[in-house]
Amino acid sequence: MHLKRDSKLRLATIGGVFALSNPAYAEYGLNLVEPASELTANVFDLHMLTTKLAFYITVVVTVFVAFILVRYRRSSGAEADQEMHTNKFGVYSWLLVPLIVLGIDLSLVGPANDTLKQVEQHVDAELTVKVTGSQWKWTYDYLDNGVRVVSNLQEHEADEVGYLRSVDNHFVLPVDTNIRFLHTATDVLHAWWVPAIAIKKDSIPGYIHETSTRVTKEGTYYGQCAENCGKGHAYMPIVVDVISKEKFSEWVVARTADANAAAAEASADKVWSKEDLMARGEELYVKNCAACHQVNGAGLPPVFPALKGSAIALGAVAEHLDVVIKGKAGTAMAAWGAQLNDLEVAAIVTYERNAWGNDAGDLVQPADVKSAR
Amino acid sequence: MSDAITHEAHHHGPPTGAKRWLYSTNHKDIGTMYLIFALIMLFIGGAMAMVIRAELWMPGLQLVQPDFFNNLVTNHALIMVFAVVMPAGVGLANWMIPLMIGAPDMAMPRMNNMSFWLLPPAACMLILSMIVPFFGGGQTVNTGWTLYPPLSIQSGMGMDLLIFTIHILGVSSIMGSINIITTIINMRAPGMTMMKLPMFVWSWFYTALLLIVVMPIFAGGVTMLLFDRHFGTSFFDAAGGGDPVLFQHIFWFFGHPEVYVLLLPSIGVLGMVIPTFARKPLFGYKSLVYGMAALYGLGLIVWAHHQYTIGMSIETTTYFMIGTILISIPVGLMIFNFIFTLWRGSITFETPMLFALGIIVMFSFAGTTGVMLAVVPADLQYHDTYFVVAHFHYALIPGSLFGLYAAVFFWLPKWTGHMYNERLGKIFFWWTTIGFNLTFFPQHFSGLAGMPRRIVDYNMIFTEFNVMSSVGAFIFGLSHLLFLYIIIKTIKGGEKATDEVWEGSSIGCAGLEWTVPSPPPFHTFETAPQVK
Repeated sequence: MHLKRDSKLRLATIGGVFALSNPAYAEYGLNLVEPASELTANVFDLHMLTTKLAFYITVVVTVFVAFILVRYRRSSGAEADQEMHTNKFGVYSWLLVPLIVLGIDLSLVGPANDTLKQVEQHVDAELTVKVTGSQWKWTYDYLDNGVRVVSNLQEHEADEVGYLRSVDNHFVLPVDTNIRFLHTATDVLHAWWVPAIAIKKDSIPGYIHETSTRVTKEGTYYGQCAENCGKGHAYMPIVVDVISKEKFSEWVVARTADANAAAAEASADKVWSKEDLMARGEELYVKNCAACHQVNGAGLPPVFPALKGSAIALGAVAEHLDVVIKGKAGTAMAAWGAQLNDLEVAAIVTYERNAWGNDAGDLVQPADVKSAR
Repeated sequence: MSDAITHEAHHHGPPTGAKRWLYSTNHKDIGTMYLIFALIMLFIGGAMAMVIRAELWMPGLQLVQPDFFNNLVTNHALIMVFAVVMPAGVGLANWMIPLMIGAPDMAMPRMNNMSFWLLPPAACMLILSMIVPFFGGGQTVNTGWTLYPPLSIQSGMGMDLLIFTIHILGVSSIMGSINIITTIINMRAPGMTMMKLPMFVWSWFYTALLLIVVMPIFAGGVTMLLFDRHFGTSFFDAAGGGDPVLFQHIFWFFGHPEVYVLLLPSIGVLGMVIPTFARKPLFGYKSLVYGMAALYGLGLIVWAHHQYTIGMSIETTTYFMIGTILISIPVGLMIFNFIFTLWRGSITFETPMLFALGIIVMFSFAGTTGVMLAVVPADLQYHDTYFVVAHFHYALIPGSLFGLYAAVFFWLPKWTGHMYNERLGKIFFWWTTIGFNLTFFPQHFSGLAGMPRRIVDYNMIFTEFNVMSSVGAFIFGLSHLLFLYIIIKTIKGGEKATDEVWEGSSIGCAGLEWTVPSPPPFHTFETAPQVK
């Protein structure tokens, strides 16, 4: 039975739960996403087992109740048996329930426990990535080679491919490699979840949790933040590119070179022109700051203050830098010092002081940021 | 002597005007007020659900902003749980428990008055918590009803209003529970032994015990939250040596038993409705009583199955998984007993019975998806998706709301003295049931396909299911106008109800409510009846 990917047909298939127990439907959005790692494949099998069980129990109960309603309806002349609860069946039949239900339960607990052990089994990792959730982006630190990928939502036209599922920097992983993820968060709870390749684990500030995977198929996999993290919760997608080991090595080399170049650029004692800083600042501002303070700098008062005409953006540079680098306690303002290099902070601060009619007029150079840290 | 006469005269009828309600110590009046309050809040909470579904109708932002959307999600849940199902349950308990056990009133009538009158101010604060962000009250409460920190620390004044709302509601629930337990233990008519109690009374006995155990924990938890927010403590702040996960444990230690608080009264209602319309005594009365005790015990020790993703040790996780799966035993027992009450009965299909039958089927289904969710590795895929949303709405709408509807149709003739319009009642049942299933059944699939909860906007792959859900939700929501119409029409008039109301109402362990007139006089059982 093969159906075309057609929304009308999909609508038509909803009527029957039977769809659930047929793996052919997996690609039509009626079932869990097709697994792409051994672990998620095992979880998928367990899911199919519990689903079938749920399906059969529901059918049995429904059919049995329907049968009783027809058989013992009063309009067919049924007379009630007033003594049934006192006969042997009435007195002892309750014993049946724990026996039957326990039997069903035990048939589940075994496979569940086996899969759970696999979930918690951490083989020696060939690659370890720290996955950090922040409001509202993901940061991936490849601990073995110092590469960092910061992944933000990217605007995308409204379609099935990329709407709310596009990011500026994809998370890149090698195929057939034991990968360990370390999950944490900087501000509130998040949960990193890519159904095809990894199970959920909450990212909690102050905790580091571990999950692992071994992806068996190259491809692009999608996911998104699964634990409510506030205003931007719907806007924290995850895109994972799983590529061959060779390509991954090349990617790491290229990425490291880029990072080194950026770091060199930032720490060089170069004095930047206003145009350069403003251009870089605008780009970085839109990416990092505009979710709250808005592209036009007007903010969303009272929670996210306006930067346009604000006392901080027009006041002393030192205070402005202090807020950006260290954040502001008791508010949603994060400390950006650890996430941005000196040049980036300098560009953003310069931009904020001179955009949207702000006329502080001064420039902030990377050297200023370095001394302010 | 003259004192005695005035005293006597004073007791003949209810006082008139506002005083009758404000100063009421009469269990029937207070019960009515609880029920009306719940009905009003049902429409407010329901309206919020309609806005949520209207926003999710299509991808993109149409109606509301993300922060307000999640505030709606938060307040919809809190209103439905604390201001609809719980007060409605307490309202039923107030009306029916004294009538069922042959008591003249609740054990502590003045406390009863206070339990109720704490609710309206709490409800005002609950609604105010949504309004203050529009007037400079800071960040909305966009956390969902679980109020998890650190997100709830970021919220503005609305969060403080919610914390105090929870304190007040907690006080109200605890007082109500104390009253109910005391009434059941002390006020039974001679001969009404515990093992003759109608099932509804038993169910409330356990519910009240649960509330007394868990409400103070929750109140403590939100107080710690309040201190973290304003007084510089860091119970839940890792940067200060605290633990954000601690709040989750506290919340769910309350939150899971709370599910049974919502469910048990409706199970009690089933225990009254099914024997009546099957015309056959309840099958397995004793096992139901002990089954509820087992549910009570298990319900208190499985809370962390709401938090499988927080990174507990494998031993702890296994314990919570097995404990949770074991809950299927008492729940299975209840379903089994209700089904075998129908077996060899003589069944008719009045509106309360239709709801009861719907509950058996739909709640069993919710139970099976519950077992799916209990299985840890699979739950790591379902957790925080629409699959969970679908599951708990299947558990809570049939499991508690439909039970309340069954109760309303079952006892409305007793309360008002008039029969409701059976045809309209049946239309209401089918209308809500179809609307409900159309709303929540597709959500299982959007959840499996990967749609997380509490998101305001989604990718196009989820569109079809969300359209279905929204259409269903509007059908479901609209049906309640008919519900309101039926209730008002029945209060105003209709065919006279007999004392017995239903042909099979006194079969098995029935309550004494069927021995008093319909509607009952203002004071009943001033002399205790004798139960054989």
